[in-house]
Amino acid sequence: MSFLTHYVHYIGCFALILIGLYIVLVKSNLIKIIIGITLIDTGVNLFLVSVGYIRMGTAPIFSQAEGAGRQMVDPVPQALVLTAIVIGVSVVALALSVAIRLYEHYGTLDLRRIRDLKW
Amino acid sequence: MGKALSLVVLLVLALGLASALRGPSIGAEANRGELLDDQKVNFGRRYNSRAVEETGASNVVASVLVTYRGLDTLGEVTVLFVAALGLAVLLHTGRDRKSGKEAEPPSLIVFTGCRFVFPLILLFGAYIFMHGHLTPGGGFQGGAVVASGFLLIYLGCRGRQPHRERLNAVESLSGAAFVVIGLIGLAVGGSFLLNFLPQGSPYALLSAGIIPVVYVFIGFKVGCELGGIVGDLSGARR
Repeated sequence: MSFLTHYVHYIGCFALILIGLYIVLVKSNLIKIIIGITLIDTGVNLFLVSVGYIRMGTAPIFSQAEGAGRQMVDPVPQALVLTAIVIGVSVVALALSVAIRLYEHYGTLDLRRIRDLKW
Repeated sequence: MGKALSLVVLLVLALGLASALRGPSIGAEANRGELLDDQKVNFGRRYNSRAVEETGASNVVASVLVTYRGLDTLGEVTVLFVAALGLAVLLHTGRDRKSGKEAEPPSLIVFTGCRFVFPLILLFGAYIFMHGHLTPGGGFQGGAVVASGFLLIYLGCRGRQPHRERLNAVESLSGAAFVVIGLIGLAVGGSFLLNFLPQGSPYALLSAGIIPVVYVFIGFKVGCELGGIVGDLSGARR
């Protein structure tokens, strides 16, 4: 039981990564593959944030309010994840534009049919 | 790839990840105990204890992002810019400009509602990126809120679209201003993105030196950039 309470966020983010990887490997619809990529992205971000987490720690923001002085979580992974989210957004935007062009060219988003076309 | 094969791959991967969990505990929770001595460098603990006096920003994440790792943030902004550029190139070159059917004009209620809400969204985004050194948030988050306002315009007010040239001009100028601030730090104190402005008192709006200034520019840049991406993806004519 203590294993679960200690590692529940790690289990969650590994599950997200695996689900995303399954979608990328198995599905043949381009939009679904992009959704899988975003799931992997979210899982990795969650992993990085939870590596820096300290139990009962607060956000690394000083304030004059009550409850200040509690131990704060690690700010470095949070800054890193902030960067990673922006990079993830740009990757997804670029992937979606490629999908739009592929759909205009082939008339389908099904990867099997796109692969089978000869040109 | 076959479904069975990919399931086998995933199973092997899951076993590997599970074995990583069984080892010695990982992360900051493990570092809190005696595993990490004080003479070893723990950046998180160091930033948490020293950032306020060194940068004057009460948001430690913002001070890490803008001062300690400012160069990384410049690289991040560059990646976003290159992605927007690649998207525009992909979607606008070699494409037969089919006029398509003209989009139906929105109803009066939707149109008026969008025009009413749009300035409020911009105001909220500006609030978020101006208070980035004090509260959760910052340039990127505020920029994303601003871009959601542009998305509302693209969806709801099809008649009037944001001026693309002006969006691009604001984006380029604020990106250049970010670099110029870094170069001023180089000229004044000898290091790129040096915090050369006075720190002021913590918890005040005008404090933390260059952090709010840089965040305002990042907010403008990201907002215009994401707004342009949204416009490109929604098929707006440039």
